[in-house]
Amino acid sequence: MEKDPNNILDEVTQGEYKYGFYTDIEMDTAPMGLSEDTVRFISAKKNEPEWLLQYRLDAYRKWLVMTEPTWAHIHHAPINYQDIFYYAAPKRKKELTNLDEVDPELIETFNKLGISLEEQKRLTGVAVDAVIDSVSVKTTFTETLEKQGIIFCSFSEAVQKVPELVKQYLGTVVPSDDNYFAALNSAVFSDGSFCYIPKGVRCPIELSTYFRINAANTGQFERTLIIGDEGSYVSYMEGCTAPMRDENQLHAAIVEIIALKDAQVKYSTVQNWYPGNKKGEGGIYNFVTKRGICKGNNSKISWTQVETGSAITWKYPSVVLMGDNSVGEFYSVAVTNNFQQADTGSKMIHLGKNTKSTIISKGISAGQSSNSYRGLVKMTKRAENSRNFSQCDSLLLGDRCGAHTFPYIKTENKTSIVEHEATTSKISDDQLFYCNQRGISTESAIGLIVNGYAREVLKQLPMEFAVEAQKLLSISLEGSVG
Amino acid sequence: MEMKGIIMDGISTSFNIKDTLLKLFDDNIGSLSEKDTPEIAEMRRKAIAVFARQGFPHTKLEKWRNTDLSKVLNHDFSFPMEPQTQDVNFEEIFRCDVPGFDTHMISQLNGCFIDRGKTLLQANTGVIACSMAEAFIRHKDHIINHFGKYASISDNGLTALNTAFARDGVFIYVPDNTEVEEIIQVVNLIHSEGDIFVQPRNLVILGRNSSLKLVQCDDSVDDNTGFINSVTEVVLSEGSRLDHYKLQNKNNRSALINNIYFHLEAGANLSTNAISLNGGLIRNEANVKLNGRGAHADILGVYLMDRNQHIDNQVFVDHAQPDCTSNELFKGILDDQASGVFNGHILVRQDAQRTNAYQNNKNILISDKAVIDTRPFLEIYADDVKCSHGATVGQLDSEAMFYLRSRGISMENARMLLMYAFAAEIVNRISIPRLKQRIDDLVKKRLRGELSICEQCVLHCSTKEQKVVFDIDMSKV
Amino acid sequence: MLSIKNLRVSISGKEILRGINLEVKPGEVHAIMGPNGTGKSTLASVISGRDIYDITEGEIIFKGKNLLEMSIEDRASEGIFLGFQYPVEIPGVSITNFMRTAINEQRKYHGLDPMPASEFLAKMEEKKQMLEIQAKLANRSVNEGFSGGEKKKNEIFQMAMLDPDLAILDETDSGLDIDALKIVANGVNKLRKPDNSFLVITHYQRLLDYIVPDIVHVLFDGRIVRSGGKELAVELEEKGYEWIKAEMD
Repeated sequence: MEKDPNNILDEVTQGEYKYGFYTDIEMDTAPMGLSEDTVRFISAKKNEPEWLLQYRLDAYRKWLVMTEPTWAHIHHAPINYQDIFYYAAPKRKKELTNLDEVDPELIETFNKLGISLEEQKRLTGVAVDAVIDSVSVKTTFTETLEKQGIIFCSFSEAVQKVPELVKQYLGTVVPSDDNYFAALNSAVFSDGSFCYIPKGVRCPIELSTYFRINAANTGQFERTLIIGDEGSYVSYMEGCTAPMRDENQLHAAIVEIIALKDAQVKYSTVQNWYPGNKKGEGGIYNFVTKRGICKGNNSKISWTQVETGSAITWKYPSVVLMGDNSVGEFYSVAVTNNFQQADTGSKMIHLGKNTKSTIISKGISAGQSSNSYRGLVKMTKRAENSRNFSQCDSLLLGDRCGAHTFPYIKTENKTSIVEHEATTSKISDDQLFYCNQRGISTESAIGLIVNGYAREVLKQLPMEFAVEAQKLLSISLEGSVG
Repeated sequence: MEMKGIIMDGISTSFNIKDTLLKLFDDNIGSLSEKDTPEIAEMRRKAIAVFARQGFPHTKLEKWRNTDLSKVLNHDFSFPMEPQTQDVNFEEIFRCDVPGFDTHMISQLNGCFIDRGKTLLQANTGVIACSMAEAFIRHKDHIINHFGKYASISDNGLTALNTAFARDGVFIYVPDNTEVEEIIQVVNLIHSEGDIFVQPRNLVILGRNSSLKLVQCDDSVDDNTGFINSVTEVVLSEGSRLDHYKLQNKNNRSALINNIYFHLEAGANLSTNAISLNGGLIRNEANVKLNGRGAHADILGVYLMDRNQHIDNQVFVDHAQPDCTSNELFKGILDDQASGVFNGHILVRQDAQRTNAYQNNKNILISDKAVIDTRPFLEIYADDVKCSHGATVGQLDSEAMFYLRSRGISMENARMLLMYAFAAEIVNRISIPRLKQRIDDLVKKRLRGELSICEQCVLHCSTKEQKVVFDIDMSKV
Repeated sequence: MLSIKNLRVSISGKEILRGINLEVKPGEVHAIMGPNGTGKSTLASVISGRDIYDITEGEIIFKGKNLLEMSIEDRASEGIFLGFQYPVEIPGVSITNFMRTAINEQRKYHGLDPMPASEFLAKMEEKKQMLEIQAKLANRSVNEGFSGGEKKKNEIFQMAMLDPDLAILDETDSGLDIDALKIVANGVNKLRKPDNSFLVITHYQRLLDYIVPDIVHVLFDGRIVRSGGKELAVELEEKGYEWIKAEMD
């Protein structure tokens, strides 16, 4: 006879984390804990100029007097910031000049992740910057890009190579005291990716960064800075994994995007940090500040995220629409299962005239998880004739999870239009019966329906990512979902 | 300003009203508690302790971020503890008979019940409409069973303050299986020589399968500053039905905090409609708890504000039991420098399966200086639910404007017609025909700008009717 | 093919089917007619396994197997297809993806490997042409935003793709204009084979002008009160259901 739908839900939602292996790589770490010395240690390790050290120290001092935000719909034990390694880098014996010199263990890691650098390079033409425990390991394809004047390298490298660009833009979108976690990152960020697309250049390939937390008790604080100069275009992808560990690990990153006049930047994330086990033990605390500014007229920034991992996700990729006619977009699928908590959404701050923003958010909660959409749409006085449309839907699988929607809308001018819609529902019995009647098992049916539900967002992803994202949706809600 | 020396928990004023109130409580605890049962005396003590701890709400609190009480609290208030009736000509003030609007009118002056010798037609069937002061003495059972049971003091400093000082207001009781035929109209007037701070406390109890139509009007008589901190508890027992209206037409110097706690048992049906036409600062908090299967609530509101007026509607709908439905719709038009806030919060608890909840807030901004903050929240812990919400901020539909103007209607009239049509969605849901007609008139007058100085009670608007453009059949637009 | 014996079904304590007996042999088309609310749709749902009903008595044997012990999807894989009266919308799921999942799950049930993509696409094309369905239908989400006629055509298309042994068409004619009705009926006629059977549930005789049944049953108040040839449908149309009602009293 028919299986109890609740049992099936349990089966469907008990997928194992498949990236939880641990790579045995020799690490170079800073002493545990956070102090001015730690900050100086990191800065010295990276051979940074004095202004950057001062930027870090300034952020550190601000952080000391700040407090963790409490407004999000999340709960966790207090974080002991002295119990974390703030710097862990794979030890390298010499500078790497080509892929063959990358540590074989690392190559193996990426093979397990299914994103072997070789493969990536050969088959997809995607330039990859792999960041493992905060340090950028290898950037592929740099030469191809260099010909067009595109700079795509690790953040540390950029500090050495193009310090004036870094200095000009660092912290201009996310000030060092923007929030608690941003201040922390600004003090201790270890590495990340840097990307500059020159005037009028359309980046011919997708740029991609993979982040992985490997070492134990390590925090990851990467920093990404993307600058799209006038009339340029780039599509940037970010993926993340972490090994399974019982303790929670902190990830507090900052991504800053600057789009100048007529520039377009598309940023896609598939976030699959270790979510913790079925009992809610372990997993990554993903406290991330991502923000872009459409600085010039007619510029466009688009965020797409598929969030399946992390014990706790706290992130609100935002766009400041400063230039007239600029466009901001946010597409999100957030899946929470077991005891995962997600408080995520977007902020669209309209400053320029005729600016447009779109927010499409699809939350899927299962198990005993909590999944919240939180978003702000603000139309300032100057933002005449601007528009926002937001659609935030929640899908509940099972009756022990929560799905919440917290939109904030503020309008200060009479010519702008803001529309927000949201629905919360479960998969209907009629839909399941219909699928079953066609011979599709309940497990597959849930998979089909969930993927259909998320399709509007998934189709925004670059091709290479879309397939992976669908697979991840499967893994998070179980193998067959996909 | 030099004057702003005193900081009361995040609020900066020249007068420390908090300390004044705490002292007032200490000085008057004897007379306040005179008729109290031990439980209620204890409740007062707890309540004043909460207020002492929390003080007046300030903009650092999430729910008060966009409503700042600093200015409206910055007055040298008097705090009447007893009804002041000596120099008042009641007949002059309460000329509130709406032609054809047949109501049993209850009058409150400065938060105190005024006995004008009228009796309810159904008084002999056990329906009670009297002062809270009287209820504390004569209807102790009801007070013990219900007073303070729904208005939670722990998270709301103003409700705590009101509870501590609760003394007078309106008490209404409808026995089981009784349909109250008269519409009960409560008119709250503020009339004072100086600035006044009043705290009416009301309790409305509907027995099983009973029904009541209740209209609450808040008006000012003069131009003095009033701060009204009103708390009303409403109990709807199984199968009962309440049709409730709040009409607010206050002067621009007044602040009105209207906290209502509706508690619905199984099968109860509530329709509440907040119509805010004028007021310096108005904050309506409607807390609706759906506490029994099959309960249903319609929570509606319309606000038309201009100049420096501020309107804040807070709606919390608590789906605590399965199979309940709620429907929330607030519409507002803001002109000049007016500011509006809508905070909707629907909570669906884990056991509240098969909940059907809807929430919508629509706003039109007429001026570039008007501001609206809207937050329609959903917090859902049950899976078999249908919940949806929406919020829009915009302007008058340009296509509709074009259509009207293409038919020869002037820009100004077209604008008014569309604003009227926008508000009419709420007005049309008023189920008392005469009241609907009155409100409809008032909305029209409000939109024409004729109601901006309100000397009269809302339902006693004596301005001359004008023949207007509204003869057009809106359904054809 | 299908053998129903003394089937009694109730929902929330209310008995809807009061002892149904029905024998459907391979190659036969049976029509079940009757006024609204007599249990026609309930019968269709119970055969396909909808679990909101209580089966209090009786048995349903399909190709020698006891259907009542099988899950909905296993019944489907065994060859039962239900054309829904009100097909549900499944947003975001394309018909292509939906059909491919269904076919492959059914193949898995029979121990077969998934159908190769090229073969599947060819099959889609073939059935579309056979049923004169516009190409656009296949790329849209299942039933989302479909008109009444499109939904019903889509049901027939799925039937063609899944090639069932027994197709139950629940009021497939309701809400169709005459052109759509012809397309649906033509589709069914093209799919008729000596080894498959149809159970056509309808309120009106109209559909039976196009899908000519071998046997017509009249369902009334939870029982089959009369069975006969196709002429019974004509008689019903002329005399109305009042006639049956009068005879019953």
